[in-house]
Amino acid sequence: MKVHLMFAGRDFDPSAPRQPCIDAVAADLELEHLFSAMAGDDQWLLRNASKTVTQLLVDVGEIRYRQDALKDCIEREGVVRRLYDLATGVLEAERRRVFRSSRSPSAVMYWSVEVLKILVEGLRDLRRIADAAAGSFASDAFQRFFTTVRLELSDEYLAEVEQQLRKLKFRDGMLLSARLGEGNKGTDYVLCDLPSDDRGWLARLFDFGSSGPHTFRIADRDDAGARALSSLRDRGLNVVANAVAQSCDHLVSFFEMLRTELAFYVGCLNLHARLTYLGVPISFPEPLELGTRFLEGRDIVDPCLALRMSGAPVANDLDGDGANLLIFTGANQGGKSTFLRALGVACVMMQCGMFVAVRSFRASVSANVFTHFRREEDATMKSGKLDEELHRMSDLVDALRPDSMVLFNESFSSTNEQEGSEIARQIVAALLEARQRLAFVTHQHEFARTFLGRSDVVFMRAQRLDDGTRTFKLLKAEPLRTSFGPDLFRTVFGETPTGLARGAPLKEG
Amino acid sequence: MPFRSILFRDGSRPEDGPEPAYFRDLNLDRIADSIAAREGEFDVKPFFRTVLPAKEDVLYRQEAIQDLERERTMRAVRDFCGRMSAMRAQLGQREKLHFDLQRSRWLLHAVETYCSALRDFRAALVAAPVESRAFGGLREFLDGYVESAGFGRLRAQSEQLASDLASIRYCLFIGGDYVSVRPYGQQPDYSLQLAATFERFRRDSPRDYRSRFDDRPYMNHVEEHILGFVADVNPEVFEALRTFSAGNEGFPDEVILRFDEEVRFYLAYLDHVASLKQGAGLTFCYPELSETDKRVEARETFDLALARELAVQELPVVCNSFALVGSERIFVVSGPNQGGKTTFARTFGQLHHLARIGVPVPGTSARLFLFDEMFTHFEREESIATLRGKLQDDLVRIHDILGRATGRSIIIINEIFSSTTLEDATFLASKILDRLIRLDALCVCVTFLVGITRLGDGIVSLVSEVLAESPDVRTFKVIRATARGQSYARSIAEKYRLTYEQLRSRLRR
Repeated sequence: MKVHLMFAGRDFDPSAPRQPCIDAVAADLELEHLFSAMAGDDQWLLRNASKTVTQLLVDVGEIRYRQDALKDCIEREGVVRRLYDLATGVLEAERRRVFRSSRSPSAVMYWSVEVLKILVEGLRDLRRIADAAAGSFASDAFQRFFTTVRLELSDEYLAEVEQQLRKLKFRDGMLLSARLGEGNKGTDYVLCDLPSDDRGWLARLFDFGSSGPHTFRIADRDDAGARALSSLRDRGLNVVANAVAQSCDHLVSFFEMLRTELAFYVGCLNLHARLTYLGVPISFPEPLELGTRFLEGRDIVDPCLALRMSGAPVANDLDGDGANLLIFTGANQGGKSTFLRALGVACVMMQCGMFVAVRSFRASVSANVFTHFRREEDATMKSGKLDEELHRMSDLVDALRPDSMVLFNESFSSTNEQEGSEIARQIVAALLEARQRLAFVTHQHEFARTFLGRSDVVFMRAQRLDDGTRTFKLLKAEPLRTSFGPDLFRTVFGETPTGLARGAPLKEG
Repeated sequence: MPFRSILFRDGSRPEDGPEPAYFRDLNLDRIADSIAAREGEFDVKPFFRTVLPAKEDVLYRQEAIQDLERERTMRAVRDFCGRMSAMRAQLGQREKLHFDLQRSRWLLHAVETYCSALRDFRAALVAAPVESRAFGGLREFLDGYVESAGFGRLRAQSEQLASDLASIRYCLFIGGDYVSVRPYGQQPDYSLQLAATFERFRRDSPRDYRSRFDDRPYMNHVEEHILGFVADVNPEVFEALRTFSAGNEGFPDEVILRFDEEVRFYLAYLDHVASLKQGAGLTFCYPELSETDKRVEARETFDLALARELAVQELPVVCNSFALVGSERIFVVSGPNQGGKTTFARTFGQLHHLARIGVPVPGTSARLFLFDEMFTHFEREESIATLRGKLQDDLVRIHDILGRATGRSIIIINEIFSSTTLEDATFLASKILDRLIRLDALCVCVTFLVGITRLGDGIVSLVSEVLAESPDVRTFKVIRATARGQSYARSIAEKYRLTYEQLRSRLRR
């Protein structure tokens, strides 16, 4: 019996290899805000969110499978939360009640039976929810799940399990078969079935009591004998106790898987509520096959920024169909990095099967999403910093597969413009040849102009009004030679630095 | 002459003596230790330290080892030894037990192991390409022994008994404070039934909860009672076991037992050789041994003790060649410290000892002398009270050696007279070399003195080599010689393999 709510036909594996370099991606895109909105105040949900969101789907069918299930969840939020609470409750009860210290077969048998009772009760509850909810869910994932539960956990089956639990107490004694092993020591002990309700039959065949022939009775004070007898019992129980304990584990892992997979959807529900409240646009994106070059969005918002500032940030549009390289230039603090992040987060969310913070979005999936952001922290010597950047880049190259997306944010600018441009130009040229999709925020004019005139390159520029005000809008436009450092200088220092004010007229007053 | 021994041509077994005096100076004790460590049951060191009297004895072993180096023979012998070890363990087990129903079964186990080992060993030897006198003799012996009536009876009886005992199956009924032995009646295995109930929750790689039981061969009194009842229920089989056990104490043959012990010397030595062949790519050869010709020669040879240490650290082993032609008798080795001089002297001595115990020696080819005695004089660590005392000690020991050595001896002298003035040392060394020349013995003298190599015929000067261009680099070769005395950004990008060309080739996978 499988959960399979996140993938058609397979389990979600929280320990599956994560996308390479994903920690850098999560840090650069500030995904922690997304995770904590998904988690609310549930620490377990938080850990789980960071695992699910960092395993990107590449298959369009898999993405749609989750999108459909998530749509069901948004429609029938109550049922989904009830299922999640059930799984959580069963697992907590199991953990509270059971001490699994001793490893002897009879001890293993004892706690296994106790745990099984809790788990079987959970199965009955699950069956009841499935009975009530079946039919009101439209997605493949939930329809199949409820059908499986009702089929596998029939009344007869649950009764059979409870019957076994009663039998495992061995009230009437125990029958083993054995052979003579090495040195004539008993071996190959096998526990034989005794019909527990047929007392007369049993006695006739095996049990003449302690006075029967070929019978050894342990004397009252013979402690060693008593230990030997219980060791024999353990040998008989060994295989069976193992089977029961494994069944417990299997059932526990079923509930764990149920909780894990539902946690993704519950996290999405939490996030959905939060973003809706903040007035952020939400839609289910249209994923397109790997290898194509579609990238188009209306009102793209960075949800992480929205969550951080508790409001809806400026939205931007992108017409990037056919592009292999996006170059973002323009004024400092003009919204370039935010837009780059918004784009990255939208791609990551889409490839987890989530909705996106975009009014409408369609994009080709990427094999992987990578980020290479200039790091402001630990700025040591200049050479050390470039070293660090190139080292990271080299690791990234090792992990690249064709049709990945790489987001660069002011990379290779920790050296002078001429050298930085040259390094960036060589890297970007080589990556484009290797069928990568790139987006690059840069101030390096020389580098940016290298790609002017190419049909697969889209240039966007942060808007700056004539009075120097930034709108945080990015428009399709080629790079200008000047950056807008002087503007910033003016804002900060409140005066015009001599010889720097070429780009912008002074405001009156 | 009927076969007696795989190690000794005449079947005698020499008394075990102490280590030869030269053992420690030549590091042969370390070699003996590492070889002995490869054999867990028998002490093979006496075979390693006892030299053989005559060339014929050496050839007897060389032939046998060449047979053993053939894959099929080696496999047959290893398999046989492994099973003989198992047999001895079974007999040892028997000695530790007191319950006769157990003791007799352990004897039966040992007989079964012995019979099948011999039967298979004989068949394997018939199929193996045996050419040596030693293995030929063994094969003939085995043919006679395995075909003998006594062995046939032993084998038939043991097989019958073992199969009768294996077919016994019984049931145990365990009540509250008693256990009864009951006949076995095809009762169904309960664990299968239980596993079927929980099958639907099964997952891959479940945890194993089974206990490991005390599988030592001892029985507690409850088990002894049970075995007693099982014997009561099966009287004929157990009576036959008692008779068999009483009639076959001391069943193994003397010649077989001796072979099992002695052949392990060959195995241990060959294991040692094999580890150096595979690990360090070194070569061994069968030396030609002469009782008269002192023109010794070896190619690409090395210090076996040092090679072992270097191989463990995965460091390369430097090989050296040497030859004495015509009337040359004495190597005088000089050159920088730590250049391989002492190693060369040890190698020379080791080779001669190894040749005399009949085993392959380091090198691609070797022609060696069958010496009567080998004398070594190495500087000792022991503190001598005064300088005068140490010099005197050196002279006394050399005098003693010269008094006992003959023209058929080997003398190895390492760095003596280092405790006196250069003038004294040169004088004393010249005097002693004079004596050695007159003696006509084979000698290696390692010295820091340069002048003495100019003395007369019969002396060959060897020097530990250094590289001409960098005199501080030691090659550890000992040879015949007269004694003497871009832009920054690009380069950093290249460092991380991130230039356009480098990236293209990295991404072309």
